[in-house]
Amino acid sequence: MMAEPVLEARGLEKRFVVKKTLLGRPLLDVRAVDGVSLSLMPGETLAVVGESGCGKSTVGRLLARLIEPTAGKVLLDGQDITSLGHEAMRRQRRHIQLVFQDPYASLNPRMTVGQAIAEPLMLHEVVPAAHRAARVAELLDLVGLRPEHASRYPHEFSGGQRQRVVIARALAPQPKVIICDEAVSALDVSIQAQILNLLKDLQAKLGLSFIFISHNLSAVKHISDRVAVMYLGKLVELGTTREIFSEPRHPYTRALLAAIPAAVPNSERKAEGLKGDLPSPLEPPEGCRLHTRCPYAREACKTVPMVLDMEPSGHGNACAFWRELPPAEGLLPQAVSRDPKLDRLFAAFDEFTPRAMEDMA
Amino acid sequence: MEAVIHKPVANPLRMFFTSRTWRRLARRKSALFGLVVVLLVITVAILAPVLAPYDPAAQSWTAVRQPPSAQYWLGTDEAGRDILSRIIYGARASLMAGVISVGIAMAIGVPLGLAAGFVGGLLDGFISRFTDAMLACPFLILAIAFAAFLGPSLTNAMLAIGITAMPLFVRLTRGQVLSIKAEDYIEAARAVGNPQWRIAIRHILPNVLPQLMVQATLTIASAIIAEASMSFLGLGQQPPAPSWGSMLNSAQRFLSNAPWMALWPGMAIFFTVLSFNLLGDGLRDALDPRSK
Amino acid sequence: MTTLLARRLLQLLPTLFLLSLIIFSLQHLLPGDPALVLAGENPDPETIARIRAAYHLDQPIFVQYLFWIQGVLTGDLGESLRHNQPVLDLILQKLPVTFQLAVMGILIALILGIAGGLISAVKRDTAADYATNVVSLAGISIPNFWFGIMLILFFSVHLGWLPASGYVSPFNNWRMNLATTIMPAFVLGTGVAGVIMRHTRSAMLQALESDYVRTARAKGLSERTVILKHAMRNALTPIITLGALEFGALLSGAVLTEQIFTIPGFGKLIVDSVFNRDYAVVQGVVLFTAVFYIALNLLADIGYILVNPRLRS
Repeated sequence: MMAEPVLEARGLEKRFVVKKTLLGRPLLDVRAVDGVSLSLMPGETLAVVGESGCGKSTVGRLLARLIEPTAGKVLLDGQDITSLGHEAMRRQRRHIQLVFQDPYASLNPRMTVGQAIAEPLMLHEVVPAAHRAARVAELLDLVGLRPEHASRYPHEFSGGQRQRVVIARALAPQPKVIICDEAVSALDVSIQAQILNLLKDLQAKLGLSFIFISHNLSAVKHISDRVAVMYLGKLVELGTTREIFSEPRHPYTRALLAAIPAAVPNSERKAEGLKGDLPSPLEPPEGCRLHTRCPYAREACKTVPMVLDMEPSGHGNACAFWRELPPAEGLLPQAVSRDPKLDRLFAAFDEFTPRAMEDMA
Repeated sequence: MEAVIHKPVANPLRMFFTSRTWRRLARRKSALFGLVVVLLVITVAILAPVLAPYDPAAQSWTAVRQPPSAQYWLGTDEAGRDILSRIIYGARASLMAGVISVGIAMAIGVPLGLAAGFVGGLLDGFISRFTDAMLACPFLILAIAFAAFLGPSLTNAMLAIGITAMPLFVRLTRGQVLSIKAEDYIEAARAVGNPQWRIAIRHILPNVLPQLMVQATLTIASAIIAEASMSFLGLGQQPPAPSWGSMLNSAQRFLSNAPWMALWPGMAIFFTVLSFNLLGDGLRDALDPRSK
Repeated sequence: MTTLLARRLLQLLPTLFLLSLIIFSLQHLLPGDPALVLAGENPDPETIARIRAAYHLDQPIFVQYLFWIQGVLTGDLGESLRHNQPVLDLILQKLPVTFQLAVMGILIALILGIAGGLISAVKRDTAADYATNVVSLAGISIPNFWFGIMLILFFSVHLGWLPASGYVSPFNNWRMNLATTIMPAFVLGTGVAGVIMRHTRSAMLQALESDYVRTARAKGLSERTVILKHAMRNALTPIITLGALEFGALLSGAVLTEQIFTIPGFGKLIVDSVFNRDYAVVQGVVLFTAVFYIALNLLADIGYILVNPRLRS
């Protein structure tokens, strides 16, 4: 790949102080993000996955510099944004936009939808004032809403519509990168599919790059080009979607895949789970942080450092013993069921063609 | 069709509360009652010269301490003045005291609370401790102390009440700012590229206003009682200017032979304060998403 | 637990400091020469000179403040011009009378308030609930001095049962003491009862809708046991602490009540001092009540933490 990454994180760390002494000196801290490096190429979608509390949301905010990293750098188009001053950073913000999880909370209830979308246009002087209303109409149309909606308030819309508004707002300053933090997790499943498809369309149309943070692996599979897997603040595996889903290397990735609920009952699958509960982030286990729960853990795992071992092909993972694990086929739910009618029904939803309609009739 | 970004503010009430809130308010009878009485008192105060049958300061030595009659609907006081007219004009003193005191309290308190909540750190620590110190003194005692040192007059009473009530608004605003700051849309406003000052004014403040309005209404009720108390003690509106509180002061002296003098001013205070309380309560419940 | 206490006390220090600044600065609100004003009604040159020395008025302001705060910390709050007594002594003399009224008042408030709140919560949305709601709101809205006057009108003027004014010490004649204090205490109590009633109602409603009450009912316990034994205990804990805090509000009420009933207590002291221009006393009273209220708050906080184990971490 000859192109430069549009967004790059180098050695990002974020520590939160949990306990202080009487006078304010820090006693105990949580390393929410502990040495994460990744890069996002122009036009691609990089997913960051992991269970709750693994630090993926924190990574998202660090990338947008909504919170300050304790260590490490973020580079936007090669420029270090972590060292910028307030005003300079504020101007760079137009290039990194966010779509949040809760569509009910991410819009100011006292601003109309049109005002919310117009605000970035005004702040970054994207278009002259006279053209703003027209641009707002264009953006609304782009996300599947109507121009009349601009004068309505957020509470007059449904969750899915509100998320469209949030996406329109994110598109307004013509950003290079959009970070989606659990952007569809709070929506009904049918609406989730709509929003995911909208995001894919927009990416194709506008050449956007996405960071897609999620714990929902089915959504990730549908929309991402590459996937980064996190556990307790560290990256455990990084690769293309195909590599991660068909040839997962790290035991954690394998366990995540095995846990995806199947839409097809009675399909044959391998069981591969993690033991026990998530350890407290205040006291992460020594060595490889997964060793307390890993089904393949061995003595050496307690001392081996957790480092992402990158191959030239771009697929990296942090488990040194991955070659000794049993093969990973059969972890995912099978796409083929035993009922041909059911198969055709699913196919019809995947690709809505007149032909599929005929088939169903 | 063109997108209309700014809905023309056809309804100025929308500035404080959404139409949904007004509708919920309308459903509670007690709150409506409060609203009606408040508007009534305001009207009476404004139209006092038109409504009062007599000059409130006009003394008549022949009509001293008359019981209610056809000529003097509520009777007369110890200087022969018509009580009804004095009550009508007294509404002015009370309402002015209520509104202006709260105005002063908000003008100082809201910006302080906004600064404390938004900026945080040492500034917040200082403002909070200062507020705690002021709130440690019982309301009336502190107001009286201020009025004592400023000198007795209606203006000084309003000033004293306003200063004493100010910490309430600091605390409320600060609390609201802190809880709103944690909302997603504030983070979104930052992500979109808003400078800090614009977040405070354009995003936080409009969402703080509704609760402020509720507190303002309830504080007007307290301020009216405070002004009446101070006038009763002789620290507020000085006689012969009519004030419900000072009317009660003279009434106490003639309790055995002219009991009606004590009845009407007290009822006036009671109904005015009650209606502000009902209105404020109604607004608070209308805003609360959890109540019916 | 002790670290929590230490932290609370540490946080109080700046508050107390700012409080002292506020009260100290009251003097300087007065227009004109403070010595002339503080000298009171008959300023002869000798008194003025004495005042100037006593208050160190020719020194820069922060030196004055240091002298003043030193006095405060050693218990010297100045001297009352009217009574020729140290202010602190004067306050402590008048306090027991007000204290008696306040204790009676808070008991009345708790009895009325808790009973009203319980009835209102248990019989929710019925006529009884509506009535108690109206009564509690009325209690907050009635100017307590008017209520006192109305009580005098009824019980003293009309019925002649109780004296309209004055105070008799319980050590002289406890029957007369009760007669002179029952009305003012009632006025004080009803002023606060409304607030307690509303808090009891909401606390009780919350308790009645909680899971543990549902379990108690499911166990088959009688409604009476459910209410009295289970719901009440949890609902009432914050109410007791609220009562302690409202004690401070009673001091405000005492100002007017003692004026009306001519009771020589703490509240009357501050009003008289305002009119006598006995400013040292006014300052002393404000300081005293504020510190008292802060101490009360601290005790309430500690009590609350002791009772509710969840707050101890």
